[in-house]
Amino acid sequence: MIKKEMIAMLLAGGQGSRLGVLTANVAKPAVSFGGKYRIIDFPLSNCINSGIDTVGVLTQYRHLRLNTHIGIGIPWDLDRNYGGVTLLPPYEGGENADWYSGTANAIFQNLEYIENYNPEYVLILGGDHIYKMDYEVMLDFHKSRNADITIACMPVPWEEASRFGVVVADENGHIKDFEEKPEKPSSNLASMGIYIFNWPTLREALLKLKDQPGCDFGMHVIPYVHEKTSNCYAYEFNGYWKDVGTLGSYWESNMELIDIIPEFNLYEEFWKIYTNNDMITPLYFADSSKVNRCIVGEGSEIYGEIYNSVIGSGVVIDEGTVVRDTIIMSGTHIGKNCTIDKGIIAENVQVGDNVVFSVGEYAESVLNPKVYAFDLVTVAENSVIPSNVKIGKNTAIVGKTVAEDYPDGLLASGQAIVKAGEM
Amino acid sequence: MKAVGIVLAGGSNNRMGQLSKNRAVAAMPVAGSYRCIDFVLSNMSNSHIQKVAVLTQYNSRSLNEHLNSSKWWDFGRKQGGLFVLTPFITEESNSWYLGTADSIYQNLDFLRKCHEPYVIITSGDCIYKMDFDKILDYHIKKKADITVAVKDIEAETEDLHRFGVVRMAEDGRIVNFEEKPLVAQTNTVSIGVYVIRRRLLIELIQKAHEEKRNDFVQDILVRYKDVKKIFGYKHEGYWENIATIDSYYHANMDFLKRDVRDYFFHDYPNVYSKIEDLPPAKFNPGSKIKNSLVSSGCIVNGEVQDSILFKKVYVGNNCVIKNSIILNDVYIGDNTVIENCIVESRDTIRANASYIGEDGKIQIVVEKSDRYIL
Repeated sequence: MIKKEMIAMLLAGGQGSRLGVLTANVAKPAVSFGGKYRIIDFPLSNCINSGIDTVGVLTQYRHLRLNTHIGIGIPWDLDRNYGGVTLLPPYEGGENADWYSGTANAIFQNLEYIENYNPEYVLILGGDHIYKMDYEVMLDFHKSRNADITIACMPVPWEEASRFGVVVADENGHIKDFEEKPEKPSSNLASMGIYIFNWPTLREALLKLKDQPGCDFGMHVIPYVHEKTSNCYAYEFNGYWKDVGTLGSYWESNMELIDIIPEFNLYEEFWKIYTNNDMITPLYFADSSKVNRCIVGEGSEIYGEIYNSVIGSGVVIDEGTVVRDTIIMSGTHIGKNCTIDKGIIAENVQVGDNVVFSVGEYAESVLNPKVYAFDLVTVAENSVIPSNVKIGKNTAIVGKTVAEDYPDGLLASGQAIVKAGEM
Repeated sequence: MKAVGIVLAGGSNNRMGQLSKNRAVAAMPVAGSYRCIDFVLSNMSNSHIQKVAVLTQYNSRSLNEHLNSSKWWDFGRKQGGLFVLTPFITEESNSWYLGTADSIYQNLDFLRKCHEPYVIITSGDCIYKMDFDKILDYHIKKKADITVAVKDIEAETEDLHRFGVVRMAEDGRIVNFEEKPLVAQTNTVSIGVYVIRRRLLIELIQKAHEEKRNDFVQDILVRYKDVKKIFGYKHEGYWENIATIDSYYHANMDFLKRDVRDYFFHDYPNVYSKIEDLPPAKFNPGSKIKNSLVSSGCIVNGEVQDSILFKKVYVGNNCVIKNSIILNDVYIGDNTVIENCIVESRDTIRANASYIGEDGKIQIVVEKSDRYIL
């Protein structure tokens, strides 16, 4: 019988609606990050680097891109005879089968998958954070405390603690209490959404709570186990860990990579981050190019000027164009003599000539003021921007736009163009 | 599935100087992120050849390292696969490969066990894209015994005497074949791609062995040119052999031209190589890059002009690199000047150094300082 000490269950089904048009067609874990990576590469690479070779990826929202990206797991060495990576979308036909209604419900519906591997421990991961973490060290902690659940936590500034689920623990890590987004937090140890469960404990809890609507780890499973056994521990993590849940934090954490010695260093010899990238060619800089403080992916051709930007693979930037403070994802083409400022341009976008980004004053977004609040121009994947248009701040563009979509050649700040049928 | 592939990658080479001291020519890094053998292996894979043998003997460690998995070229299959064949000792034979024909002879069992009717024999030291299906069709249509891929090269710029020079009749039959002639009669050269029926190859190789002849070109092609029907197949498009320092340098520099890049990097079919999972290249303040190729994993703080940086090169502050090729994993300290040079892989170059090759004569830099003391 197959026996795995610990397997990982990676929750990758959420949309990540606060990333706006970036997740119009793809799940958040499949969004590009840092030039050539996708967000899910970080937890997947952590798994294989921690010696976990069996990973179930729970998908639900728009999972085509995730499926093609992960495939059979070759880039992460997760193509295994026993174990490896398995995509677990919702299915029909089971007694309790339905769409995944919550994080724990998704795991519950895949009990069969976990039981196949007969594990002692189950690691629950989210698919939407940027970090490097050795889960094996966390497992050692879990074993040393004889815990039922270990929750990875990290200290956050006190003033931000009320945004998180915080845990109150003694110096040994033993958890006394939980507070979910408390107004007056009594601890600044925030849960990172990474849990190690003893498999029997998790199994019992999931079966017990199977009728709970929207069954969630933070809200239902952990409080249930805590109440029952009072044997939960907090594992303090002090490395780099970044939530890229909003356009602002997504843009910022990309920009942190271009610091001279970035806090999150991709150039370290050990703990490589793996990704599925079929582009391996070198990138080319023409005589007319200028570059300062950038990272640029493979196979890009730079004829223009790029400053403070994160550029993906296979990007072409034509002569006379100046790109500043911008994220450009793979396969995008920017025409001649453009001025691209503070933008997030998703994959395979075509930008014409003489396009100007970020003109005019700040204005609140008409589409969704909570999502588009960071002065950024956000362009969804496969969009087209015609030549000779100006685009204001806090704007969003989806679809193949033409010159007529821009009154007087301008998309004013706060406005958005969403072509019908594209979102 | 009509043919098996053989890549001859075993020869030593003294015209590569120090560059081939530690590696076979087929393992030479090319165009920033490839190794020379990637081109022929990708051609095989893209021509639906599923079983490929690489014959190696000289300095094969770095080549073996590159070929440690066959999945990058899509050969890791149940049907077929990538076979790296090195000399071995048996009761009858305990010699190294004595020549190209002998290397095939020593692995004749491999060919005997195949069921594919044809064999495509290539070398591992050329940069080109070729659809082997087409040359095979030509071979069958011409009812040839052996087909040799040839190319017209510009006589004044190329040293013809490095190659096998052929003269073809109008119907394509090769009427004269001279290996490395002192005076070339034509400017049509063999580019080292041969198509032959598997059974005929086994027969000819066996006969050559009995006569103690070991070289495929001299003892089979040249020797049999009047007896067997040997045809030439004209290859159009880019082709370069990199087996001298000069041609290696120029072939690399060709990739600074847009049409060459488009042809190899962007046009279908792709050229594959081992994936090394390096982070994107990073350009810090002070970097100034003009007409250059930069591969992944590089960190640049200085000036790079008309040059190629291979993978994982670190360029320090105020460096100036011109007309140079910096091979994989080189560390270049601050304020260093490098011009007209090829810097060997894994070199560590101290700060404030200067390496300037004469124009037209490329200097090879081998500098094995200890990186972690600097």
